[in-house]
Amino acid sequence: MKKTDVSTYDHFLKVVDCQQACPAHTPVPEYIRLIADKRYSDAYLLNWQSNVFPGVLGRVCDRPCEPACRRGRVEEEPVAIFRLKRVTADLKDDISARLPKAPEHKNGKTVALIGAGPASLTVARDLVPLGYEVTIFDRDFKGGGMMRSQIPAFRLPESVLDEEIDYILNMGVKTEFGTPITSLHKLLKDNYDAIFVGTGAPKGRAINIPGVKEADAHIALGIDWLSNVSFGHNDKAPKRVVVLGGGNTAMDCCRTAKRLGGTDVKVVVRSSYAAMKASPWEKKDAAAEGIDIIVNHTPKEFVMKNGKFVGVAFEQVESIYDRGGNRVLKQTGKTLFVECDLVLVAVGQDTSFPWIERDIGLDFNEWGQPELNDKTLQSSIDKVFFGGDAAFGPENIITAVAHGHKAAISIDLFCQGVNPEQRTDSDFALISQKMGMHEWSYQNITDHEVRHAVPHISWEKAVKELATEVELGFDDQLALQEAKRCLNCDVHTVFTESTCIECSACDDICPVDCINFIEDIPDNTRPAQELLKGKLHLDKATDEQDYLISDKLKTGNIMVKDEDMCLHCGLCAERCPTGAWDMQKLTLSNVEATIK
Amino acid sequence: MSFAKSKFHHKNLPVNDLGLTYRDYEGAISTLCAGCGHDSISAAIVHACAELSIEPHKIAKMSGIGCSSKAPNYFLNNSHGFNTVHGRMPSVTTGANLANKDLTYLAMSGDGDSASIGLGQFAHVVRRQLNMVYMVANNGVYGLTKGQLAATSDRGVKNKIGDTSLFNDIDLCVMALQLGASFVARCFSGDKNQLIPIIKAAIAHQGFAFIDIISPCVTFNNHPGSTRSYDYVQEHVTARAVTDFVPIKEEINHEVPEGKFEDVCLHDGSIMRIHKLDANYDTTDRFKALQDVERHKAKGEILTGLLHLDPTAQHYHELNNTTDTPLNQIKQDLLCPGERVLSTINDSFR
Repeated sequence: MKKTDVSTYDHFLKVVDCQQACPAHTPVPEYIRLIADKRYSDAYLLNWQSNVFPGVLGRVCDRPCEPACRRGRVEEEPVAIFRLKRVTADLKDDISARLPKAPEHKNGKTVALIGAGPASLTVARDLVPLGYEVTIFDRDFKGGGMMRSQIPAFRLPESVLDEEIDYILNMGVKTEFGTPITSLHKLLKDNYDAIFVGTGAPKGRAINIPGVKEADAHIALGIDWLSNVSFGHNDKAPKRVVVLGGGNTAMDCCRTAKRLGGTDVKVVVRSSYAAMKASPWEKKDAAAEGIDIIVNHTPKEFVMKNGKFVGVAFEQVESIYDRGGNRVLKQTGKTLFVECDLVLVAVGQDTSFPWIERDIGLDFNEWGQPELNDKTLQSSIDKVFFGGDAAFGPENIITAVAHGHKAAISIDLFCQGVNPEQRTDSDFALISQKMGMHEWSYQNITDHEVRHAVPHISWEKAVKELATEVELGFDDQLALQEAKRCLNCDVHTVFTESTCIECSACDDICPVDCINFIEDIPDNTRPAQELLKGKLHLDKATDEQDYLISDKLKTGNIMVKDEDMCLHCGLCAERCPTGAWDMQKLTLSNVEATIK
Repeated sequence: MSFAKSKFHHKNLPVNDLGLTYRDYEGAISTLCAGCGHDSISAAIVHACAELSIEPHKIAKMSGIGCSSKAPNYFLNNSHGFNTVHGRMPSVTTGANLANKDLTYLAMSGDGDSASIGLGQFAHVVRRQLNMVYMVANNGVYGLTKGQLAATSDRGVKNKIGDTSLFNDIDLCVMALQLGASFVARCFSGDKNQLIPIIKAAIAHQGFAFIDIISPCVTFNNHPGSTRSYDYVQEHVTARAVTDFVPIKEEINHEVPEGKFEDVCLHDGSIMRIHKLDANYDTTDRFKALQDVERHKAKGEILTGLLHLDPTAQHYHELNNTTDTPLNQIKQDLLCPGERVLSTINDSFR
């Protein structure tokens, strides 16, 4: 069989489920170990290096790491990675002195960043320490983009956001806030060496149904309404509010409306509860605050009575999935009328590029998105790069950060006259963690505790205060307990064929039966999973991980380890008499360069 | 530090008829040397018992003294056990077996415990055809006392410090065959595909089942010049048949191919299916088995697999016509009917 390629980091990085799932490849297990060591500042900086906004993301990240977490496969619930990230921000000391600074001598290159959201800020953070002169433009008067305008303060306190934005701006970024860019053509004439577009997806989608014109004064687009609340232009909501849509913006709208005086707040969504786009925890929190979520209803009409807006009429629908897995809504014939005074529309948002002239050589695709090189985020004008929601449509903050890193590398190469496709990959090292007979430099005893819940203020109090954060975060004790649940997937089981004596001690001790010694299969072409079916102790429980396949051993047999269920407990290495198994920690010299 | 094995197990782990996984048959984490063959034997016993769905409390683990005899601590945590005096395990097992014939007796002994201090006990328990599984973890060295030559060390081999074995070795399989054991096998700890089915068959077999398991001592007998090292055994091991164990409940629905296969029905109705690699292989012929072992040894090979099986042989309880009810379940007044009955019996002899 084809031996697993262990000459690159690809196999190993994939084994670290959380790190692989994080768009910015944050080295999660490493910072969790630092938390367990109470080295909060170090843990924060390790986070900051890859995801730039640990305090923000520790509160509002979409946390793709958690569904990926190995713990979810071997136990029930993943490690509360995102809660631990917040711990690093909450419990750190003053780290400002440890942050990189702009060099005294600049490199003479200038970069313009359009939009001051997470993508642009990441580009600035990556480029300023290299000597670039960076100017950041935004139509708002403060940086942060959607993190400030769309995320309410009860989920993300302004002070946390300000702190992390200031870390970047204080490095010496020139800011042009309150300055919307109205023409890319004009900006191109300003002779910046590179331009980065991080303007997000700022346009809320409207709903065109009967009555929309007549009821106009009672309908608002969710993101605009939230933005007005954030910037203090709006501090009241009527008693009866209906939110249309089932995403996280809808959840933020309904919870904000409740805090601004809404007593009867309903969310109406056309999908089923399970298919709602909002994160499960957002739905749970909204429900805990007493918000009704009415599912399977699509709006039919904004109803006026005697020239006065009275509410919204809905039709009940059923979600049916066709063979291609596409959702088709089928009307059941039942209707529903919901009385209300205000409708917040949160059914999606789009990018908006009216300020980019269509005749300046910047190509757009059929969906009105810029044509980009996936690898480099470069547009058809070679000095213009895109990132964040502006690049491929709405995603999330951590994806915007990853785009920022990727674009920063491209811009740096481009400004040096190198084709941005000629990127250097990250170096990697695997370092043995063995300290003695039964001693490892990591906690290898598997903790059997279940996931710890985060404490929060009482729901009664929560719905009264707009700027009071609901979640309290883990304290040091809870953090320590949760940190212990991490399986240290970045400490890899590394196998050396030449020293194995095939005693099967590792196979015997493995708690999850992932190690197998089998006869070699003379087939290099078909996929491993097909060839190995029925040949191992147990077939794969999930397809999330690959096999680690060895070269031929002395007897001609091969070793096949299923990475899927491995607990990284190191018992294989402890029971190995010859050190053929070793527990080695993966370190990448440049995490950003691994973002593909 | 990890002297604990995680309780987490693979999500696809099968459960047996009792709803237990093999993990429920495990013991304490082993304190034997890393890479010890005995740990592989423990693992094989765990799997065999789980696959046979034996209730753990219906098993008694019997052992004497030595690394091998420590091993029962590392399997079947919920079974009975007796760690006896050195070399005296057969006597204690005989007593236990007499009192309760309903238990499965799994005995784990070593080359010192059975071939040296316990040789006499070993010989007599074979003769008596006690219904038990007698396993010897044979590493050809006294590992617990730091590597002296054992009675099963081959003549001419050197131990780790360089002492040469001057004497002939004792081959326990040959002894068992001579003394009439009805089930004799030799296995290698590193080959579980062979070991597990043979342990299962030995448990199903009603009578004395002996398995000599070559189990390399990774610390004191794994050097060049040893004939019990992993390398040497892997290079010199040979088998004349591949055995598989088919439990009673599984229907055999495909025809046994002519010539190469042989099905042997065991006492309880389960089947040992033997895939012959050597056409002359015959498990019923005890004399041939004796010759084969010696011939292969003369060629420098280690013959493994099932060497001899006589499913019709009578075991100790049958030979003695003991009661069907285990003694521990017979009420005291019946078991010890008192002085009046005794004097009636005595009177009958006058």
